[in-house]
This record gives sequence, structure tokens and C-alpha cells, in this order.
Amino acid sequence: MRLTRDSLSRGGRSWLVIGTVALVVLALGLILFAVSRDTGPAVAEEPLEVQGPPEPGGGPVTIDASVFSPDLAGPHPAVLLAHGFGGSKADLADEARTLSREGYVVATYTARGFGDSGGLIHLNAPDFEIADGQALLDALAARDDVILDAPGDPRVGVAGGSYGGALAIMLAGLDQRVDAISPRITWHDLGEALFPQFAAADGPSTPAAFDAIGDSGVFKRQWAGVFFGSGSIPDVESGATATVCGRFAPDVCAAYQRSAATGVPARRDLRLLRESSPASVLADVRAPTLLIQGQSDSLFPLSQGDANAQGIAANGTPVKVVWYAGGHDGGDPEAERLDALTLEWFDRYLSDSGTPADTSFEATGAAASLFGARTGADPEVLAAPALPGIGAAVPAPRSQLALSGPPQTIVAPAGGSPAQVTSLPGFGDVINTLVRGSTSALPDIPGQSAVFRTDPLPEPTTIVGSPTVRVRVETDAPGATLFAKLLDVAPDGAGVVLPSRLVAPVRIDGSGSRELTVVLPAIVREIDAGHRLAVVLATTDQGYSLPQTARTYTVSLVGPAAVSIPDVAVEPVPVDYTATLTVAAALAAVAAVWVGVARALRRRRRRAATQIDDALAGTPLMVTGLGKEYAGGFRAVSDVSFRVDRGQVLGLLGPNGAGKTTVLRMLMGLIHPTEGELRVFGHKVRPGAPVLSRLGALVEGPGLLPFLSGRQNLDLFWRASGRPMADAHFDTVLEVAGLGDDVDRRVKTYSQGMRQRLAVAQAMLGLPELLVLDEPTNGLDPPQIREMREVMRTYADTGRTVIVSSHLLAEVERTCTHAVVMNRGRVVASGSLDQLVPADGGDHGGRSLEEVFLSLIGAR
Amino acid sequence: MTTHTSRGIHDRLRAAAPPGSSAADGSAPGWSGERALPLRVELLRQWRRRRTKVVLAGLALFPVIMALLFARDRGDDPVSGARLVDLATNGAVNFALFVVFASSTFMLIVVVALFCGDTVASEASWGSLRYLVALPVARSRLLRQKLVVSLILSLSGLLILPLSALVSGGVLFGWGSVRTPAGAVIPTGEALFRLSVVIAYLAVALLVVAAIAFCLGVFTDAPLGAVGGAVMLVIVFSILDQLEDLAVVREVLPTHYLGAWIDAINDPIVWGDMARGVLVSLTYSGVLLAVAWRHFRRKDIVS
Repeated sequence: MRLTRDSLSRGGRSWLVIGTVALVVLALGLILFAVSRDTGPAVAEEPLEVQGPPEPGGGPVTIDASVFSPDLAGPHPAVLLAHGFGGSKADLADEARTLSREGYVVATYTARGFGDSGGLIHLNAPDFEIADGQALLDALAARDDVILDAPGDPRVGVAGGSYGGALAIMLAGLDQRVDAISPRITWHDLGEALFPQFAAADGPSTPAAFDAIGDSGVFKRQWAGVFFGSGSIPDVESGATATVCGRFAPDVCAAYQRSAATGVPARRDLRLLRESSPASVLADVRAPTLLIQGQSDSLFPLSQGDANAQGIAANGTPVKVVWYAGGHDGGDPEAERLDALTLEWFDRYLSDSGTPADTSFEATGAAASLFGARTGADPEVLAAPALPGIGAAVPAPRSQLALSGPPQTIVAPAGGSPAQVTSLPGFGDVINTLVRGSTSALPDIPGQSAVFRTDPLPEPTTIVGSPTVRVRVETDAPGATLFAKLLDVAPDGAGVVLPSRLVAPVRIDGSGSRELTVVLPAIVREIDAGHRLAVVLATTDQGYSLPQTARTYTVSLVGPAAVSIPDVAVEPVPVDYTATLTVAAALAAVAAVWVGVARALRRRRRRAATQIDDALAGTPLMVTGLGKEYAGGFRAVSDVSFRVDRGQVLGLLGPNGAGKTTVLRMLMGLIHPTEGELRVFGHKVRPGAPVLSRLGALVEGPGLLPFLSGRQNLDLFWRASGRPMADAHFDTVLEVAGLGDDVDRRVKTYSQGMRQRLAVAQAMLGLPELLVLDEPTNGLDPPQIREMREVMRTYADTGRTVIVSSHLLAEVERTCTHAVVMNRGRVVASGSLDQLVPADGGDHGGRSLEEVFLSLIGAR
Repeated sequence: MTTHTSRGIHDRLRAAAPPGSSAADGSAPGWSGERALPLRVELLRQWRRRRTKVVLAGLALFPVIMALLFARDRGDDPVSGARLVDLATNGAVNFALFVVFASSTFMLIVVVALFCGDTVASEASWGSLRYLVALPVARSRLLRQKLVVSLILSLSGLLILPLSALVSGGVLFGWGSVRTPAGAVIPTGEALFRLSVVIAYLAVALLVVAAIAFCLGVFTDAPLGAVGGAVMLVIVFSILDQLEDLAVVREVLPTHYLGAWIDAINDPIVWGDMARGVLVSLTYSGVLLAVAWRHFRRKDIVS
């Protein structure tokens, strides 16, 4: 009999299944909780419309906003969130919900000129975008769930990234109702950012900010195009056609058109950009500022953030500066950490007293997880109590590393092509992906760059901020454009890294010879001992506007011939493993409790199961009321009772499906009885019961390891029992197998009869007191069958007992002393063979076992 | 079977001593539950399978073949690049790291799934499982011994691979210091320590693969089903892991942190993701093995 289902149905087991599932869910839940902490009160979102100042010559402008309020007893402090350029309030919904859950009323809105808000883009002009922000502050002040510091003055923080970050600073500068701000990756002066000039008359007195020479530098062509383009995309769905200016205000659009065409901004255009910049209001910012700037940002580099920080701190306003690993080029690898910092900032200055003031400095180090670089986990954070240079009375300390290299003449090609590639503006960290997740420098174009190197560094050096170098540039044409960068060069040419993929553009007006200080890009990088630094001045970079005529420059080191490194003493912040350890401890506790309970239950069950019936100690097998219903409801055996005594050869007879094999499976402890019990020598049979060691069995055919020889099978099987080798009776058993030399061939090659004999031999290993053989003569030829019969008789003669199940009645008749006849899962007759088939007289007198059997099972 | 030998059986049987007296628990003389299925025996049973030897030999050979191919294609230029494959010929440890990288996403998973998934299921398919259980070997003990041996074999594979890579890499590329993809240079002694951290972490991280395969092997009688099922699940997990929309769910996928060993060659070592990886792996393994144990202890063994 073969069953497809291998499990049994038993009442009362379902709760254990439920328990297991519950444990899995609990474990997942704990981890999820630890990872997301996405719990807290419900948050309600309501739409809001605010009227901003009208456009010149136009009607009123409606600003599309939303307010998120927590389901907590108020009033609460408020937060205003502003989005990045080209975005809308929808980008901020997740952040708003998270903040709101922490007990803030959060307003988000779409800036004018974008999305569903009306009006035109004025680039954070005080009269338009900033006035809109003030209107939103008014709206927050009018709510009864917002804390007011004074009538009409809400307790409010402002946060935003890029375009929204500039708004946060400017709103704080122009409206003193703002109580704290958290601007991210934003500009200081938009003119400086789009026309950068990294040539300074003197070295900077701060880690990164500096005073540039002249009005403007090199046009950041690609970024400017991406920036302007994202504000002039036509709304195709509503049938709009593309226009030059899109939703830009006419004055902003005209300024951009002029600058992009020539690459040189007019003075009035620079003035327009400066009015739209935090630079114009820093002196009035009194709101504590968490200033987050990205290291991987060629649009608004760290020097822009540092300029903001220095400007705000000069008022005595607390400023905390964070230089994280992302930015406009580097994606958002630390979003969780930054959100947490922002929340902490608002908690400190909006909910709590604001003391002690936090003016610390944090920079993400290079040792961020290589694995986490893809998933956003734990960066290495370097920290200092404050960013140097604040106040600027004493310049930030610097140290010098000597550079060497002869004067070098380099070529700027006609048309500015070919040009060096360092970043792909607007594509996030695409270039990092292309160059396989690293900051390896792409090779320089030959003839275009002058290179000056330091000696290998004797000890590891951490650069935080802008290194500088003093050079002389001679040019053979009016005006020179150069791109300066600092490379980290590993020994033996093992790798050249351009940290953060940043270059510093330099523009020199006029011809002849000029000496100047070149401010290299601000970076955070740990340089290993043995590495060199290389300062490179190249003639091209494809992100910038380049001279169209060919020219040559000669570049040489002047002054101390050294690269000046800012000394910012930073210490790594120890990583906080509390969350991980908490989860680990919780899981370990759950596991310990579970294991403990399971052990106790098992011990109790085992104690209950080890009752011994001493009266049956000499009885090889006593079956009482045995029944078995398989999973799926198939009932194989019902109410089977019989007894086998020592020295008997008992035949278990019955047609196919009578339940013989099921009884034998229960006897071996393979399956669990549904009712009744079996006792072997008085011990109740259960899976793994020690008494099973006195039983040898062949049930349902051989179970041999096909890759082993017959001898190895017997050997390893016996050794698996853990019993002494001397008790195995190998020679006797090998003779039962009768395989001759074939015993050392692999079982895979055996015939069915050979396997059968080997399996019988395996059952007889150790000469067990109770030998159970299920159809032992399968596949044997007549002489072997006869031989097997004699072995069984002799075996029983030694005081042991044999149970043989078969449907070959003639065989059984000649082998057995007793028989149990089963049909349809029940015992229909049992007794000695003499009783079942009397030699004379009685109902069955003179008949063969076959006739008796057929009549018993009702086939006749 | 000749008459001569058959007479021999009867003589021998008659000559055999009558059954000895049994212990209080009803067991045969010399039997003890704690001695059943010794590790040595189970190890021998698995070791004698051709499959075991082929897999372990394959793991020893793979780095040698890779090393020869790399040595043939190696130019005179100094080694540089941002990928482990670019740096493979830099020296023995670099090569071993590359080999671990190349095999950790699939080959090692298949090997672990094979050793752990097939151990119970194949016994069921040969029919030998019921004889072990009736020997008797207590079911918990049977699973424990089989799991331990599977893990020993898996761990051997995990050790053979980098050892072979170290030897072949050392012979062909020398014993120079290690260059990491991040551009750091680590001296050989320190690098060997890092490599052992990598292997130790992988051993724990792959435990979840072992647990998945073992659990499936207890539930099915088809060895290929268990092994293939485990490999398939790992593939499904890694596909899900690519979906950024799943956000937090990705971080609790059983195999999410499998690649976190790369942080062991960071400068300095970053433990955060590896710690979480260990936690995730141990949690899932614990639950899966508990399920396997529970099922096997209650199972009706009918195959």
C-alpha cells in the first residue's frame, strides 16, 4: 500500500501550527519594527489653498498646499516643508507624515510656477516665493492646533532641499516668525553657483568658503541647462506647447537666455540671481539652522554651504553643519539619518528649550558601508564640536604638503573638444554606476593637463574642506579657463580616485602671467599612508562653457610649492548598535522561552509514555485495539488486537489493502496510531522507543544506500545503531545474504533478488529478538524461497520470534506456527495454524489454508 | 545459494547466544540513545557518495582553473580598477576575494542547498530513512546529526574554495598586499584576517540557505525538489531584493545581507550590515529549523 500523503491528521495539532506561524510573524514584526519604527498616531491630511501676491499685471495667485496634523492632543509646533526645483508638494507627503507622527502640524505646498499652484517662477524672489511662504506662516498661525509664540506668530520650523532649502533660509532671514530651519543642499549665491570661480586672491580662512576673484567665473553650462529646463517643461497633457520660457517669469527667463548664449553673465543678471539667494539675507537669520550640504554635489558644492554657515553663524545664531555622502550628483544615500537629524533639530528648538545649543559639525567619512552604499545603511560619521572658521577672527588652521612638478604647457583645444568628463549633471549618481560604484577618476586627456604631485604621505591624513594651491598661469590668448582637481593616487598605480568627482573651475581675465590661489573642491576624504596627492589643472571639462579658440597655457607652482590642507580635527562617531542588539536580545528571549516550553512538554510526554507493563515483559508483541486513520480521512486499520509469543513464527495474512503494512509501520514507530497501542516486551511502542533496538525489520522493500557495496551497507547500518560491533553477528548475517563476492559490489548493480536478500540480512543484524519481515520472498527464486523458510524456522527455534507478512499462502502454511488474518483493516481470524486449519474434523477440516483464507475474507 | 552454505547459516544461528537481558528501558544490550547514528558514521555515509567528492573537488578545482585563465590573460600593466575582478591578479588574497565574490551569489548557495537539502530527502527516496528511524535513532537526534554533518560538509566547501584560491593565487600572482575596490591597500597579514572574517560571515549568512534547504528536505521525499526549491527561493529573494519599491521589506529578506561581507575588506571594517545580516540569518534559521524539527517529530514516515 502506498500513500501519497505523508502526514497524519490529529486533533489538537492545529494550535501548534498556529503557534509556529505566530512566531514567524512575531520575528518578522520585531525586525520590521526595529527597521522602520513606522508607528505612531494617525495623521490626517487636509488640502489648503493660500493666496500669494499677484503676478505683475495678473490676477491673484493660488498656492496649492496641504496640512498634515497628528491625532494627538494639541497644540503642536508646526513645520513648513518646501520642495526641490521641478517638484511638487506630493514629493513631501512621506516626510510630512513622519514628522506629523512625531507631533508636528506639517504644511507642504507646491511653489508658485510649479504643479497646481498658479503664478510664475521667480527663483525665490522676496516679493513672490518668499511672500508665499509668509502667507503659509499666516495660515499656520490661524490654526487652533498650532502653538503661537505671539498672536499671528506660529512656533514653526522650515525645511527643504535645494530650491526649498534656499527658501527656508530666505524666509528665516525675511520673516522673524521662523523659529528653526533645516535647509539641505542649497545655494549661497546662485550667481556663484552657476558661474563658479575658484580662484581667490588669498587662501580661505574657513574650511571651504572663500572670496573669489572678480564678478563671475566659468558658466556651469550643463547644470544650468538642467536646472532651467526642469522649470520650463510644458504641461503636454493640458495641451500646452513648449515655449522658450515655460513658467519662468520674463525677467528670470531673459537673464538666463542672455547668460547661456554668451557664457558670461551681465552684472544686472548677477544682481537678479543674488537677490534670489540666501547670501542677501544671511545677516538677518536668527533661527537656529541645521545646514546639510552634500559632498557629492557639483551644482551646490560644500563651499556654498560653508558660506551660508559662516554667514548665519556670524549673527551668533546656532548653526550645526552636516556634510553627508550624497548631493545633487550622489543621490540620497543617508535619507533616514538626515530625516532623523532634522527631527532632532526641530525637537530641540521647537518643542524643547533649545538648550544646550548644538553647533557641532558632522561629515560622512569614506568608510561608509561598501555594501550599504547600495542600501543606505550606517555611514561612518566623523564629528567635531564645531566647524572651524566660524567667526573667522582666527583663520582655520592648515598644513602644507610639498608639491613637485616642472612648469607645464597645456593645450585648450579649439571648440573645447575633446573635453574631460567628470560628472553627468541631472543624472544623479549615474556616472558612479557606470564606473562601478567608485570614485575612480576617468583618465585625463593627454596634453590637456598639468600635474603636480606630493611625495607618498608618511601617515594617514584626513582632508575635510578645500585644499588650496598657489600657481602661476601664463596664457597666449586673452582669458584662461582651467579646471583644478585633487586626486588620491594609490601606490604602484593601483588606483586613482577623484574624490566626489568634483572639479574647481578657474577663470582668468586678460593675458600674460597671473599668480593666484586655486581653491580645490571641498571634500571629505581619508588619504591612506603611502598614497600621494596629485593636483591637476586641466583645460577642459565638458560640464562647463569652454573657450572656442585653441590656446596654450603654461602652469607652474609658485610660493611655497605646496598644497595647503585644512586641519579639521574630526573623530569617528561610534556606531550605535542598540537597535540591532535589542532585536537580537528579544529574539533570543523568544527562542529560549520556546525551546524551554517545548522541552518541558516533551519531558512530560515522555514520562507519560514510559509506563511498562511487566506482565508482558516476556511477550514479543501485544497489540490492543489498534487503529489508524491517515491524513485525509483514509482509515487503514481498525480495532486490531493480537498477541505474539516467544518462539512463534507468526504469519500476518491478508489481501492487498488489508492493513498489514500499516500495522507493521506502527510496530516500527514510523507512524503514529490513532487509537490503541502496541507493546513490545511490555514497552509501549512510540517513535524512537529504546525497545525498538530489539526489533529487526524489513518493511515495504529494501532501503539500501545504492552507492555503497552490500558489505558497506551492513557495516554502516550496524554502526549507525551505535551498538558494539561484536553483537552484530556479521558472518551469520552475511551468509543469510548469500551474495558471495558480489557483497563488495555496489548495491546499485544488484538484481532485485540480491537486494531482497541483503535487506533480510540487514533486518537480522544483531539477531534481534523480534524479526519482522514484510513479503520477504519477493524476487527470490524457488530454492531461495525454500532456504528463507528454513532460516525463519531455525531463527524461531533459537528462542527469538518472527513475524512474516505475506500473501503467498502456501508459503506461510509451510513456514508459520501461527497466523493472523486481516481483511479491510480488521482481524478476521487469529490463532495457531492448527486451530485455523485443523488437520481433521471441524468446519474447515481437511481444507488448505488458501481455502480457509478465501472463505474468511469473503471471497468465496 | 548452495546447500553447504545454507547448512552453515543454521549452525551459526543455533550457535548464537540466546538474546541477552535487556536494560530497564527495554533496549537491547549495548544500545544507548546517545550513541545512535554517530557523527563519524553519518559523515562516512555522506562522504562515500560520489556527489560529495565531486562537489568538494569541483570547489577545489574552480579557483585553479580561474587562476590559470587569469594568468594567461594577464597583461604587463599594473593591476588597477574598481572591481574585485579587475584586482584579482594582484595577489593571492585578492584572487581569493574575487573567487569568493564570484561564487557567493550562486555557486556556494547551490553547494549549501545540495548538502543540506538532500540529506533527509534522499534517505526518504532510498527507503533507508525508515530503517534509521526504526533502528531506532530518535527523530530529533537523526535530524541533529544529519544537520551537523551537512553543515560540516558545507563548511568544508566554504573553506576549500578560498584555500585553493589562496594557493593557486599565491603560486601564480604572489603574496602581495591586497587592493580593495575602494582603493585601500591592506598588508597581507591583515588581509588574511579580513579573508577569514569574510568566510566566517558567509558561513553564518549562508546558514539561512542551509535552513531553507534542510526544512524543505524534511517536508519532501524528492531530493531534487528540496535542493532546487531552496535555490529557487534564494533566487526569488534576490529578485525581490532588486525592487526598490519594497523598501523596508527588502531589508528583512533572508538573503538581503548575503553580500555584506564586502564590508570586511572596507577600511576600516564596517560591522553594521554584517551584524544585521547575522541577526537576520540566525532568526530565519532558528524559525525554519524549529519548523523542520516539529514537522519531522510528528511526521508519519511512509516512504
